[in-house]
Amino acid sequence: MSLDRDTVADIARLARINVSDGELDSLAGELSQILNWVEQLNSVDTKGVEPLVGVGTAMAPLRQDVVNDGGQADAVVSNAPDAVGPYFGVPKVIE
Amino acid sequence: MSALSDLLRLDIASARKGLADKQFTARELTEAYLAAADDARALNGFITETPEQALVDADAADARLQAGNAVAMTGMPIAQKDLFCTKGIRTTAASKILGDFKPEYESTVSGKLKADGAVLLGKANLDEFAMGSANITSAFGPVTNPWTPEGAATPLTPGGSSGGSAALVAAGAAIAATGTDTGGSIRQPAALCGVVGMKPTYGRCSRWGVVAFASSLDQSGPITRSVRDAAIMLGSMAGHDPKDSTSATAAPVDFEAALAGGVKGMRVGVPREYRTDGMPAEIDALWQEGIEMAKAAGAEIVDVSLPMTKMALPAYYIVALAEASSNLARYDGVRYCAREDGGDLTEMYSNTRGTGFGEEVRRRILIGTYVLSAGYYDAYYKQAQKVRTLIANDFNTAFNNVDVLLTPTTPSAAFAAGDVDDPVAMYMNDIFTVPASMAGLPGISVPAGLSADGLPLGLQIIGKPFDEASVLQMGQAIEDAAGFDKTPRLLAGAKP
Repeated sequence: MSLDRDTVADIARLARINVSDGELDSLAGELSQILNWVEQLNSVDTKGVEPLVGVGTAMAPLRQDVVNDGGQADAVVSNAPDAVGPYFGVPKVIE
Repeated sequence: MSALSDLLRLDIASARKGLADKQFTARELTEAYLAAADDARALNGFITETPEQALVDADAADARLQAGNAVAMTGMPIAQKDLFCTKGIRTTAASKILGDFKPEYESTVSGKLKADGAVLLGKANLDEFAMGSANITSAFGPVTNPWTPEGAATPLTPGGSSGGSAALVAAGAAIAATGTDTGGSIRQPAALCGVVGMKPTYGRCSRWGVVAFASSLDQSGPITRSVRDAAIMLGSMAGHDPKDSTSATAAPVDFEAALAGGVKGMRVGVPREYRTDGMPAEIDALWQEGIEMAKAAGAEIVDVSLPMTKMALPAYYIVALAEASSNLARYDGVRYCAREDGGDLTEMYSNTRGTGFGEEVRRRILIGTYVLSAGYYDAYYKQAQKVRTLIANDFNTAFNNVDVLLTPTTPSAAFAAGDVDDPVAMYMNDIFTVPASMAGLPGISVPAGLSADGLPLGLQIIGKPFDEASVLQMGQAIEDAAGFDKTPRLLAGAKP
């Protein structure tokens, strides 16, 4: 699988990572190299094989549906670049 | 050798005895390490040093020793990989995007070590978000392997991603350090720096408060100067944690006591697929020596087959990068310090992430985003997860017949940064460590010999889930037989 610069630009948009025009070609080359290398997985016959999502616990543990933490708004926003009281500040979203 | 550097050469087990016998105090031990901080700085092993905290911890440890309620880790000056959140102490994950992030909470694992009285010397350097095999992707600069020969044009890398942790322990700049291992990030740097590194079973140590890379693979473990130390430190780090839903409820084990079990009659599998094309003769020779050591210690050697070995690395890179792209979505310029303004919200996200992430992290997020995107999900991600099932099945089959597996840890000794110049070649470093990660199995790397160039090489022992005891026992047998007592050229406190 070879990626072209438009595809890379599209992936970068999906990932919300600003990539300059000048970097698209080199990134396309690097990403294609990695994808070509992982292509070998297609040679494995996986018919009837269940995907392994994670190892260990077969089922997520359950707990009582009760409040067990909270009331820490100040701590939650303490590292925010633009905290407004107990809120996260962001650029205006609605015109 | 001065008394100061004597203290810096002790492992945890000997320092514990020295403290108990009142040969020295925790404060003296910590001060010895702080006095050698310049040497650690020369390696760029720490991102953040915490000398004031270390002295507070040391005095608390002395009070505890005095009161007679010390435990094994009490007073031990350690480094925490800078991926563990430490309350009130800057935690960077070696990335610019976390800026001056000061967690409001302590990770479970670092908290357990703190509660046991360990002394925090600082936060160790690593590859950015633990993504790398040479500690060259850190936004805080590369780490120098203390084994770098005199006059080398380019310093050798310590491996990665726990490169700072391994380099500090090898150089005598921390008695032990925490690491995290997603595809080999504890075992590989330990091997390249000539120290012991142990990745326990997935779920053995809580992931809570550890900056996430690939959640189905990430696992914490100790990097130490001896196998006994690994057992001691793992005992402090391990345990069920309700705050991590993948944390295992397995009963606690006294890993140090388990060392006494020995390896007589243990069945040791040698997976034939690990003998890769082009394996350097010295790696093969070390492996053969390891097999002889196991035999001489009374173990039985069994030839085993893990047919999917070759597919583990490409499958790993799909699974890990998919999970990474999802985990790293949280760095959005809203919650964690760094923000680059833009015309609107989306542009602010893109600018923040475009400047905050380094090249390798950006590459990995883009690949992860691609393999999860509509139309490619089944072809890449699902296929990789199915291959992961087959990898796990291979190990299950092998473990029907053997107790542990013995392999080399890395395909080569330490290399210089410029020697490996493309991403896929760099990924090959983890060829022997990734399969066990994919199956969630415990593994240890033990230094077992030197390369022709005089650099350390490690042997890896892989065990059944939650059978760290057998892994440690075989690790001890290899350590005893190999008698690895070489020290690197760059040694903390060596100058008068």
